[in-house]
Amino acid sequence: MPEASIEPPPTATRPAVPTAEPKSPAPEESPAFDIRGFSLWYGARQALNDVTIKIPARRVTAIIGPSGCGKSTFLRALNRMHEVTPGTRIEGSLRLFGDDLYGAGVDPASVRRRVGMVFQKSNPFPTMSIEENVLVGLRLNGVRDRGFLRQRLEESLRLSALWEEVKDHLRRPGVSLSGGQQQRLCIARALAVQPEVLLMDEPCSALDPIATARIEELIQLLREKFTVVIVTHNMQQAARSSDKTAFFYLGRLIEFGETRNLFTSPSNPQTEAYVSGRFG
Amino acid sequence: METQDILAACRPSARQQALRRAKNRVLACVMGMSAVVVMLPLFLVLYFLIKEGASSIDFHFFTQLPKPAGEVGGGMANGIVGSLVLLAMAAALGVPIGVMGGVYLAEYGSDRANTLVRFLADVLNGVPSIVWGMVVYAMLVVPFKTFSAYAGGVALGLMMIPLVMRTTEEVLLLVPQSYREAGLALGIARWKIITVIVIKTALKGIITGILVALARVAGETAPLLFTALGNNFWSHNLSQPIAALPLQIFQYSISPYDDWHRQAWAGALVLMLLILGINLFVRLLSRDKSAS
Repeated sequence: MPEASIEPPPTATRPAVPTAEPKSPAPEESPAFDIRGFSLWYGARQALNDVTIKIPARRVTAIIGPSGCGKSTFLRALNRMHEVTPGTRIEGSLRLFGDDLYGAGVDPASVRRRVGMVFQKSNPFPTMSIEENVLVGLRLNGVRDRGFLRQRLEESLRLSALWEEVKDHLRRPGVSLSGGQQQRLCIARALAVQPEVLLMDEPCSALDPIATARIEELIQLLREKFTVVIVTHNMQQAARSSDKTAFFYLGRLIEFGETRNLFTSPSNPQTEAYVSGRFG
Repeated sequence: METQDILAACRPSARQQALRRAKNRVLACVMGMSAVVVMLPLFLVLYFLIKEGASSIDFHFFTQLPKPAGEVGGGMANGIVGSLVLLAMAAALGVPIGVMGGVYLAEYGSDRANTLVRFLADVLNGVPSIVWGMVVYAMLVVPFKTFSAYAGGVALGLMMIPLVMRTTEEVLLLVPQSYREAGLALGIARWKIITVIVIKTALKGIITGILVALARVAGETAPLLFTALGNNFWSHNLSQPIAALPLQIFQYSISPYDDWHRQAWAGALVLMLLILGINLFVRLLSRDKSAS
C-alpha cells in the first residue's frame, strides 16, 4: 500500500534535512535508506544475503529475528560500523537519501556523522562529565563556538528526555547516572551531532521495565525528527514502538511491512512461526 | 524426601570430617609460611639498610659532594642529582617511544606483526642490563671518545622502552571496545578517539607502567658502568661523565675505607626508599582508579 506522505515540518531547525531531490515526481516520499541486493560476508561466512529494502524516512523501523539472523549486522552495515571487524566484504548498493554510502572515496566517519548509533549496553565515556559526553562528538569534529555548543547541549538533552533530570549537575561524571539515564545520555550524545538517522541496537535489553518504557516513549518523540531503525529481541517492543517491521532469518530479509500487518497477518509462514513464538 | 536421603548418604563421617579439617589446616599453614618467605627478603633488605645506613644519613649526605678518600664526612648530593638527571633523560627517550609503541600494538598493528613485536619486546625485557651498557658503550661512548650522561640516559631509556610498551598495550586493551565503537559511531576520526578517549581512559594505568619502569631502571648499575661512568663532583655538561647513586654505592662499597662503606649503606638506603616511594605512589594511583 502506498505510504502517507509525511512532509518535514517547515519550522524544522535542523539544516541537514534530507535533500535528495527526486528526479521525477515520486508518488511516495523518498525512503531514507534504499538498499538493493545487499550481501555481507565476514571472511568466508555470509551474514547477509541479497537484502533489498526501502526504509522510510521519519518513521520507526524495527528489525526482528532470532539470534544470529543478521539483524545486528544489517544495522551496523547502515553506518558502516561492521567495518570495525576486519575481513568483511559487501556486495550490492546502500543509499541514504540518494547518496551511495559505500561509494568510492566516501569516508566512513562522514557516513557515521549522518547515521548515529546507540548500543546495547550504555557506554558513556568514563572520563567525561555529562556535558562533555553530550558534546564530545561536536568538539572532536572541530566545533568551537560556545554558544552553539551550549544550545546543542540543551537541545540534545531535551530531545532525549534527560534535561530536567541533569540540568543542575551537568559537570557530574556521565557514569554517575542510573542505567536508564546513561542510555538516554548515549542517545543525547548521538543526537548532538545532528544525524539524519538514529540506529539503536537492542537499546533496552540491559534496562528494567520502567527505564525501558521511558526509552520507548522517547523513540516515539524522536520519530518526528529522525529516521529510527531499532533492532530488538523483544517482539512486544517492536509491536509497540515501530511503524514498520522487518523480519530477518538466516541472513535474509523474509518479510517487511507495516508493523500491525506483520504481527497480525504475516504473509510468510516463517514470519508467522516467529511472531507467534513457535521458534527463535 | 528423596533428595534428603541422597544427601544423607553422601554426608562424610565424623572421622572423614576431622581428616579434612586437618588437611585444610596443614595446607593453609604451608601456604602461609610461603607467603612469609616471599616477604622476608624485603624485610631483610630494609633491616640491614636501616641498621647500617640510617646512622650515616644526615643533612650533609644530601647536600655535600663526596670528600676525598681518607677525609671523613661528605655526601652523595651529586649522585642523587645525577640519578635524577639520568632518569629524566631515560624517560624522555623511553616514555614517548614506549607509549607510542604500546598504542600501535593495542590499536593498529595486525595480528601477525603484533605477535612478532610482542615477542621481541619480551626478549628485550630479558636482555641483561650489562649487555645494554655494552651496546650503548659501542654506540655512543666509543665514537664520541668519552663517557657521558647522554650515554647513561640512553642506556636506561632503551631498557625502559619494552617495559613501557608492554604495560601501555595491556592497559589500552583493558579499555572496553564499546568506547571505541561509541566514538566511531559519532563520526570521530580514529586518531582522535585513541588520543582523547582511549588513552585518557587508560591514563592512570599508563602512568603506573611508566613509574614502574622508572623504578626498575633507577637502581640499575651495570648499564651505567660503561656509559655514565660516574664522578665525584657536580656535572655541568651532559656530554661528560655524570655521577649516579648506584654507581657511587658500587664504587664506595668496593673501596677499602670504613667511612665510604658507611656512606654506601646510606646511599643504598636512600635508593631503596626512592624506589619504595615510587611503588607506594603507584599503589595510591591504582587505588584511586578502583575507587572511582
